[in-house]
Amino acid sequence: MAKRIDVSGLNAYYGSFRAIEDISMTVEPRTVTAFIGPSGCGKSTFLRTLNRMHEVTPGGRVEGKVMLDDEDLYGAGVDPVSVRREVGMVFQRPNPFPTMSIYDNVAAGLKLVGSKKKSEMDDVVEKSLKGANLWNEVKDRLGKPGSGLSGGQQQRLCIARAIAVEPNVLLMDEPCSALDPISTLAIEDLIGELKERFTIVIVTHNMQQAARVSDRTAFFNLAAVGQPGKLIEIDDTERIFSNPSVQATEDYISGRFG
Amino acid sequence: MSNATLSGKRPSTLRAASLPKWFSWAVAAASVALGLGVSAALGLESSIQWALIAGVLFVAGTFGIAARVEGKRQAKDRVATSVVWVAFLLAVAPLASLVWETVSRGVKVLDMYFLTHSMGVVADTEPGGGIYHAILGTLEQVGLATLISVPIGVLTAIYLVEYGRGKLAKAVTFFVDVMTGVPSIVAGLFILSTWILILDMGPSGFAGAMALTILMLPVVVRSTEEMLKLVPNELREASLALGVPKWRTILKVVLPTAIGGITTGVMLAVARIAGETAPVLLLVWGSNFINTNPFSDPQASLPMYIYLQYANSGGSGAAYDRAWAAALTLIAFIMILNLAARGIARWKAPKSGR
Ligand SMILES: Nc1ncnc2c1ncn2[C@@H]1O[C@H](COP(=O)(O)OP(=O)(O)OP(=O)(O)O)[C@@H](O)[C@H]1O
Ligand SMILES: [Mg+2]
Repeated sequence: MAKRIDVSGLNAYYGSFRAIEDISMTVEPRTVTAFIGPSGCGKSTFLRTLNRMHEVTPGGRVEGKVMLDDEDLYGAGVDPVSVRREVGMVFQRPNPFPTMSIYDNVAAGLKLVGSKKKSEMDDVVEKSLKGANLWNEVKDRLGKPGSGLSGGQQQRLCIARAIAVEPNVLLMDEPCSALDPISTLAIEDLIGELKERFTIVIVTHNMQQAARVSDRTAFFNLAAVGQPGKLIEIDDTERIFSNPSVQATEDYISGRFG
Repeated sequence: MSNATLSGKRPSTLRAASLPKWFSWAVAAASVALGLGVSAALGLESSIQWALIAGVLFVAGTFGIAARVEGKRQAKDRVATSVVWVAFLLAVAPLASLVWETVSRGVKVLDMYFLTHSMGVVADTEPGGGIYHAILGTLEQVGLATLISVPIGVLTAIYLVEYGRGKLAKAVTFFVDVMTGVPSIVAGLFILSTWILILDMGPSGFAGAMALTILMLPVVVRSTEEMLKLVPNELREASLALGVPKWRTILKVVLPTAIGGITTGVMLAVARIAGETAPVLLLVWGSNFINTNPFSDPQASLPMYIYLQYANSGGSGAAYDRAWAAALTLIAFIMILNLAARGIARWKAPKSGR
């Protein structure tokens, strides 16, 4: 049930500070889109506007349109809670719930929202953990606390938790930045599998990763510190990495930046 | 002077002369001896003066010797350590002597009979009797106060941390701060003037519980607030990003993460009000009889009992013994609460490990 995201004329503010300016882009269903760009250019901010998490930050405010298929996420009467059920998110630092077991962490989204039968819940947990390539490592200790896993396992647990509620879109903010190359590879493989079912947007500082996992790549930049970040270009990943149409993109990718 | 020259090796830049391990003990022993000697020589009678002299000598001596042998920086480090030790002893000495005094005097009459009988048939000056009615009163009054202030306090803290913005939150914080400073006698007078004088209710355990609530509420709000602030924002965001409504996030993620600390705070607040005498004196009046109903008629309570035994005894030794035994019971009660709080905090703390 992947859905298309269509952003037009989006601005996001922290109080009176405009963090990103006039962003428009389309993300096709069942694709992986990578966001790259220098630190502070607003990648995380933009990502968080896509599931209305931006407004959770005090002073956070958004202008513009984000269409999920044919519904505007910022339209009148839209409930941010239901938006977040459709658009899941994985954070930079693994953040399993410390009071819950591995099982409860995965089931959290379902349990905290509605009730399901125990057997159904078991199925969902198993399916999600398998989907996150974690099942074999934890199937014998589902009752143990999630914080007892390694960093890479915790991150996959968070992915399992996010996909357990069956969102249409999965947002990932530097999901591998705290992980070793092997866990990174595991998650990259996972992204390849997940894109069969979800629309995926991933922020990364790792050019190779962007080149490996994504179909399309968006490059963000900002003119100067204190200026809002802007979308410079978005194109097929191959094109961005071989023959980008903007000079700044080429400079950034080849490391000749700043 | 340094080890390096003594052993004839090349002087090391990393290793410096250092005093042996027993150095601090030696200085401590020497300063205690000196302190005792000086006060004996000067004919100082007080048992505190020699200890103060010893304390000063200990800190000064440590600095003097260490500065010569080890150098300035190590000497400062040692002085900081010895000041901490002296301060620790100064803090612990009164506590230890208080516990010692209470236990040694309290155990005399403290037995099963004492815990299970009231003063109903015993005159205050005679031996016998017990504190059953006072334990009952304390449990009921403190229990009622806890029952009222914990829900209100925790909800207020949740409002302040999770929702509160702007003027209302500022006003609530201000009122909580003011309440923290209300003396217990004022809380008692407030309830006295409204509940008993204006509404014309009689004295009762419940009236006392209301005054205790005024004292307990700000402590609960403050400690809960601090505990909720300690819950990482990432957990709230993780839950919200799953599409969990905010109130459920607070109920299922934030509160469970903080529950250990909140319980500890509540227990400490209970311990604080369990020893209050002034509001009980004004509102519950005290009684020698068992009164199980906290909503009407005077009741006893432990701190109140201690006071009355002391005040009404007419110098009888039996009454003094009972007062000490009741004090011991009260201290034990608070101690048990504290231990329970620690136990709960450890049991409920976010789990780690495999
Ligand atoms: N909570 C906040 N309050 C105020 N300003 C913020 C806040 N979070 C981010 N900003 C500002 O918004 C701008 C964009 O930040 P953002 O976190 O989106 O950058 P980013 O591209 O994700 O950077 P990085 O690659 O380092 O994660 C920055 O100038 C930052 O200082
Ligand atoms: Mg970021």
